[in-house]
Amino acid sequence: MASPRMSSRASAYSALLPAFIVLAVVYIGSTVWTMWMSLTGSRMLPNNNFVGLRNYEILFSNDRWITSVHNLAFFGVLFVAISLALGFLLAVAIDQKVRSEDSWRSVYLYPYSMSFVVTGLVWQWLLNPTLGIQKLVRDMGFETFTFDWIAHAETVLYCLVIAGVWHAAGLVMAIMLAGLRGVDEDIWKAARVDGLPTWRVYASVVTPMLGASFATAGVLLSTSVVRLYDLSVAMTRGGPGIASEVPAKFVMDHLFERANISLATAAATSMLITVIAVVAPYMYWRTRVAARGRA
Amino acid sequence: MTMKALTAVAAVMAAMSIPAMSIPAIAQDNKAEVIHWWTSGGESAAVKVFADQFGKAGGAWVDSAVAGGVNARTAAINRTIAGNPPAAMQFNTGKQFDELVEGGLLTDIDAVATANNWKANLPQALIDATTRQGKMFAAPVNIHGQNWLFYNKELLAKVGAKEPRNWDEAIEALDKIKASGAIPLAFSGAKNWERLLFNAVLVDKGGPAIWSAFWAKRDPAVLKSPELRKAADTYKKLKDYTDPGASSRVWNDATGLVIQGKAGMQIMGDWAKGEFSAAGKAPEKDYGCVILASGSHGFIFGGDVFAFPKLKDANAAKAQALLAKTMLDPAAQIEFSLKKGSLPARLDVDASRLDACAQKGMKYVLDKNQQLPSDVMLAPPAVWGAIEDVISQFWNTAMTSEQFIDKLAVAFKQNQ
Repeated sequence: MASPRMSSRASAYSALLPAFIVLAVVYIGSTVWTMWMSLTGSRMLPNNNFVGLRNYEILFSNDRWITSVHNLAFFGVLFVAISLALGFLLAVAIDQKVRSEDSWRSVYLYPYSMSFVVTGLVWQWLLNPTLGIQKLVRDMGFETFTFDWIAHAETVLYCLVIAGVWHAAGLVMAIMLAGLRGVDEDIWKAARVDGLPTWRVYASVVTPMLGASFATAGVLLSTSVVRLYDLSVAMTRGGPGIASEVPAKFVMDHLFERANISLATAAATSMLITVIAVVAPYMYWRTRVAARGRA
Repeated sequence: MTMKALTAVAAVMAAMSIPAMSIPAIAQDNKAEVIHWWTSGGESAAVKVFADQFGKAGGAWVDSAVAGGVNARTAAINRTIAGNPPAAMQFNTGKQFDELVEGGLLTDIDAVATANNWKANLPQALIDATTRQGKMFAAPVNIHGQNWLFYNKELLAKVGAKEPRNWDEAIEALDKIKASGAIPLAFSGAKNWERLLFNAVLVDKGGPAIWSAFWAKRDPAVLKSPELRKAADTYKKLKDYTDPGASSRVWNDATGLVIQGKAGMQIMGDWAKGEFSAAGKAPEKDYGCVILASGSHGFIFGGDVFAFPKLKDANAAKAQALLAKTMLDPAAQIEFSLKKGSLPARLDVDASRLDACAQKGMKYVLDKNQQLPSDVMLAPPAVWGAIEDVISQFWNTAMTSEQFIDKLAVAFKQNQ
């Protein structure tokens, strides 16, 4: 008698089957193959000569890889923190019932409609000391003005952060604004009755209520940190030297131009393991919280 | 991933230009699809020489231009592995196709080479660079000199400097240009140009022996030599003669600075001549070209080759042989070189039509002692890439020559 239920379950599974096969072959299959390649001596063409962990030894004594990883951490922390802070402040500013709010929103969100390649090129020109901001200010009469961060290995990462924040702050603003609009009017009324200054309400009452918005924006920003590639390519080509190299670029360069599949896949595998190491405890914690919620 | 999307768009656009370039299919049997990356104005005019000649010889050239060398090679290699290879694919002269030969994916063109007497008429270095397991596996179509110094004649005369013959003299000239307020050395900051400049210094300070010990043998002993130390010191010193805008400049903008007289000189391959010509400047009149070499030996040359994947169809194999023959035909060689700005790979061509700088270059090519195969001819991509990273770090940071040499030692060891 259970047959109607069984058949509906069976049809559900059969409907999912193609997606499952794609997942198994494309994602899991490719991931496993990538991991295997990283243990071989493959150069331009894949081969199956097992060399153990030698590629990882080379990888972790490679200055460019170490620099790439440091750069990603440095960029990631600054980019996420500044984008969140700036996006939140923009949202608060727009939330003050400013005139022509729609236009402001569009203006701030506009950079996000551009790709990282375009963003990178625009900022490369702006930051170029002989073409951009430095030249403009000098031409206005400030002969000693210097803004050549992009030309120096020590400061070039800040340039990437500037361009990244310019690109992403609008998105954060949109998410935060949606969150702010969801705050109950009564809370504001209550705060006014208590005579709290507006900034205090934002800082102590509203911000904690925006936890979900911060989490959403944070996750979105973090994914763009991990796959950071085009910004570095378009803006600095990883330079000066190797100062703005990032892991994804390391993988791409070694996969193709350098014809070093095994080192590229070792780098890709290391990235995957790092991401899993960060995400897995978080997922575990989430399931624990969810389980407790159900109990 | 946007970059990939761009590449895909470029590839599609290139593919769409096929009808415009290909010859009407008179001879279907002799159809040959060629993947190459010559997409700029002068380059596509040059490649059209081959297409036209091939058409006249009874073939049908199917053009598959893919913008960017890496993209073109990746596309060609992927198709070859997948079993759907083009008739011919472009590589830089060097080791880029080694693994295809080892995998048995390329067909050798030794018969064509013998029938057309290539081996007597090509520089030995090019024969070596295309021969694997005793057979020629690629057709070298041109030669690019890589360590040319191009300079603005008017500016050098104005500051009272004469044409330098080696780096010591060049630095004297650079000092004079610096004093005049112009940018002494026009530079474009990318890893490959940083390597190119280092190579130009290494050849001058080290000569052929050190060159080959460094790039071909990667012998750790070369790192202890005083010549390498001198090259490192000189190279680092050159940074002081570049301007802050160099780091994000592209190479042709740097050439533009020399053309306009805003900068004195640039080290670049002979492809830079295209920029001078486009600006209406004449070689050895408006701009000078010279190879810096203390020992008077050292013309670094690379170039392009076409390799021919194994095809099942016997007719297609015939078309490949015809294509190889056409590309190295003396008349096609000279026409191609004039458009491309390179030197012909064949030595038995009439060089009188080449420009003044190319004629200088031909003299180097004809002299066996001058021929230094480029770094990419001597080392596989994984190896020169690792060394390039070290050179680039040295150029762009406060690294000392000692630290540089230590890091080179690590790169040598990891890539033995």
